[in-house]
Amino acid sequence: MDALEIARWQFGITTVYHFMMVPLTIGLGLVVAVLQTVWYRTGKDEFLRMTKFWGKLFLINFIMGVATGIVQEFQFGMAWSEYSRFVGDVFGAPLAMEALLAFFVESTFLGLWIFGWKQLRRGLHLAALWCAVIGSAVSAYFIIVANSWMQHPVGVKMVNGHPVMTDAWAVFTNNTALVAVPHTLMGALGVAGAFLLGISWYHLWQRRHDGIDTVEAVPGTGRRRRERVVVGEAPGVPGRDRTDHAVWLKSLRIGAVVAMISFAGTAVTGDLQGKLMFEQQPMKMAAAEAACHDGTGFSVLSVGNLGSRDCSDVAAVIEVPGLLSFLAKGDFTTEVKGVNTLIPEYEKAYGTNLPDNPLYGDRAGEAIQYVPVMEVTYWGFRAMIGFGALAALAALAALIATRKGTVPQARWLMRLAVVGILAPFGANAAGWIFTEMGRQPFVVAPNPSMAGSVDQVFMFTAAAVSPGVSAGEILTSLIVLTLLYAALMVVEVRLLWTYTRGGVAAAMPELAHAAPAEPPADDDSGPSGGAAKPADDVLAFAY
Amino acid sequence: MDTLPTVWFCAVAVLWVGYLFLEGFDLGVGMHMKLFARGEGERRVLLNTIGPVWDGNEVWLLTAGGATFAAFPRWYASLFSALYLPLTLALVALIFRAVSIEYRGKVHSDRWRAAWDWALSLGSAVAAFCVGAMLALTTTGLPLDANGDRVGGPFAWLTWYAVLGGVAVVAFSLVHGLAFIALKTDGGIRARAHRAFVRWLPLAILPLVAWVIAVQLCTGAWWSWLLAVVAAVAALTAWMLARRGSEGRAFIGLALTLAAGAAAIFSAVYPVVLPSTLDPANSLTVTSASSSDYTLGLMTVVALIGLPLVLAYQTWTYWVFRRRLSVDSIPTAHSVVPATLVRLVTGKQA
Repeated sequence: MDALEIARWQFGITTVYHFMMVPLTIGLGLVVAVLQTVWYRTGKDEFLRMTKFWGKLFLINFIMGVATGIVQEFQFGMAWSEYSRFVGDVFGAPLAMEALLAFFVESTFLGLWIFGWKQLRRGLHLAALWCAVIGSAVSAYFIIVANSWMQHPVGVKMVNGHPVMTDAWAVFTNNTALVAVPHTLMGALGVAGAFLLGISWYHLWQRRHDGIDTVEAVPGTGRRRRERVVVGEAPGVPGRDRTDHAVWLKSLRIGAVVAMISFAGTAVTGDLQGKLMFEQQPMKMAAAEAACHDGTGFSVLSVGNLGSRDCSDVAAVIEVPGLLSFLAKGDFTTEVKGVNTLIPEYEKAYGTNLPDNPLYGDRAGEAIQYVPVMEVTYWGFRAMIGFGALAALAALAALIATRKGTVPQARWLMRLAVVGILAPFGANAAGWIFTEMGRQPFVVAPNPSMAGSVDQVFMFTAAAVSPGVSAGEILTSLIVLTLLYAALMVVEVRLLWTYTRGGVAAAMPELAHAAPAEPPADDDSGPSGGAAKPADDVLAFAY
Repeated sequence: MDTLPTVWFCAVAVLWVGYLFLEGFDLGVGMHMKLFARGEGERRVLLNTIGPVWDGNEVWLLTAGGATFAAFPRWYASLFSALYLPLTLALVALIFRAVSIEYRGKVHSDRWRAAWDWALSLGSAVAAFCVGAMLALTTTGLPLDANGDRVGGPFAWLTWYAVLGGVAVVAFSLVHGLAFIALKTDGGIRARAHRAFVRWLPLAILPLVAWVIAVQLCTGAWWSWLLAVVAAVAALTAWMLARRGSEGRAFIGLALTLAAGAAAIFSAVYPVVLPSTLDPANSLTVTSASSSDYTLGLMTVVALIGLPLVLAYQTWTYWVFRRRLSVDSIPTAHSVVPATLVRLVTGKQA
């Protein structure tokens, strides 16, 4: 592998890893802010508990997003210096604005929220969280503006071989971005919804398993046997009281509704994205379908050698007629161009071989491969939709299953609900991989409305990598960062699981202090709670 | 002279100084988790002094990086790619640091906490060193070819200038951290931090002084020498004030030392932003490295709106958390009881 391929792997791994944390931060942050708002308005104890519990998990995850976000910004300069030089005039601005207008807000107000429980008036404290949540959404907007410019450059003209910004309004209202932002935010909500659903299911299941909640038959009339949930209490165990039941049941149902809203939202915005993709990146559309020839049918399943770049060996097994046209154009008859039609068009517009320029290194003069890796685009597209639909169906099933006030007792269902948390993560990752890999061989995809003119703005990925950096350097950082990410993923999941199992009392020590008896301590823990400080501590969520 | 690129050169310098000042004490406090704190109680006090603010401070680094990218793409590209390995090291250090602050108290185990203490201390030291080395090389230059790419291999940046800059930022952060601890705590820890600050300040400021003088000897002008003198006077004043017990004023004196020292360093090579040690013709200047006036104008408007807001709410944050902390004000640590233990307690069978 040369520096280019290693740098691409590194970018992919870093981005996908970063984007495991970010959707949960955005989605869960919004949910926690709404929960705290409800608590502020109603004063109901269960909403305070929900705020504290989900807030704790939110923070455990948030920090990983922060830590990996710095890598994202630095790697443009480190590994992609030629790209940075080429696009800096237009691409750097949204990144700088993200830091200045969004990320400062997010991190400063989150600090106020974490430590301000006792320091700030209740309304102000709630406002701090809302500022942080809005900051994270604005941050997503700026990053997607930057990314969308790579997908669909606008608002620039070429000066001395470089795109120079001429119309900031066009850049910041790029239609690609305006559709991608809600799509991404909706995807983030899906992650949060499944997260709430899975963890709440586990707790409701555990309460029944522990015999705290029971189900008794109601002597009733009619054919259907009716059952009633009897909510119980575990005396002496912090947090396992009647309010606890309400915490999990409400969280579960909120999670299910959020997941379903998210799916509807991603479907609608995804459809709009498909139509833009048809206009802006027809090759990505064709590669998503592994479609060789022009047609109107959407392939549900294609078999054959997706690796062949002219897709000569690919055959559609199941095909829905007209659906592809609908995705692309909104009707059932528009012919969508296939790979074999598009290759000559791309070659005519952007050349058949890479230029003989030292920037391309050993690749100078090489034939250009205009078809992205179809295994990735084809399956990435299906994984995105499949995981999303799966999560939405599971959420609907969960709503139906819990309408009596508890969850079914089957252990495998509980495990499925917990594992199901991963589905929207998978959908998000697949979506990003699809949209980034589908753009290849361009790092800045050409804007077809500019094609043919002298001032066409595009850049081949092969020319973007840092010329002065050796493959060994990038490989070193790839190995170091990947190992670090893997280790930290283990730590994060372990912590999330510990705090999940700890329940609300894990996030609210005051519940433990209120309880009459202390549970037996862990192996590695000393006596806790006994020497508790009074409630007017200076610090609330202290480290 | 190009006005907008010069304005942005100043803005980038201000962002870097803001980062060094604000995150400087965070990094110092991080290192003092191992060097200064005695026992778990004091370590938790230290952590909580920076708890509400460290993340906001770190965004100064992101903003400095982002602003460099937006305003001087060629400077950003050449500097960051030339320093590939030290910046990788800095990223690893920053990741460890961030995670250790948040995760240290999340498991009730001495081994767990001790491991994260090391991560925090070493992470802070390495991050400070790498940022210092990078800033030193920004002034003294790198072996850059005509395209702005580094020649001479992955370690071409490793010069005594880089080491001096790294050591200077580490040493400054250590005393800056002590000054902050003395400001933010109460009781025995405050007195010890104050004594340590007074004792170590003269020594810790030496590498910074050496760095400023070295840069001045190479490329200084009369006004950058003047700034260096201001920095020296401010450092001396800070020390005297600290000896007299004015912690707050000493802290401000230290801020002035850093600002004037950094200004002396940054301004010494202006209008060059990144010299090439191979050929002066390859050096990047404010003009050759900058974005178009349109982009710079847009960024200026955004910065004029954004930066005062950031300063306002970050200042407010420090005001909200102005109370001093002592070992007594830290709540008791508690272990997280897993749900499966519930059955043992209740004695109920599933």
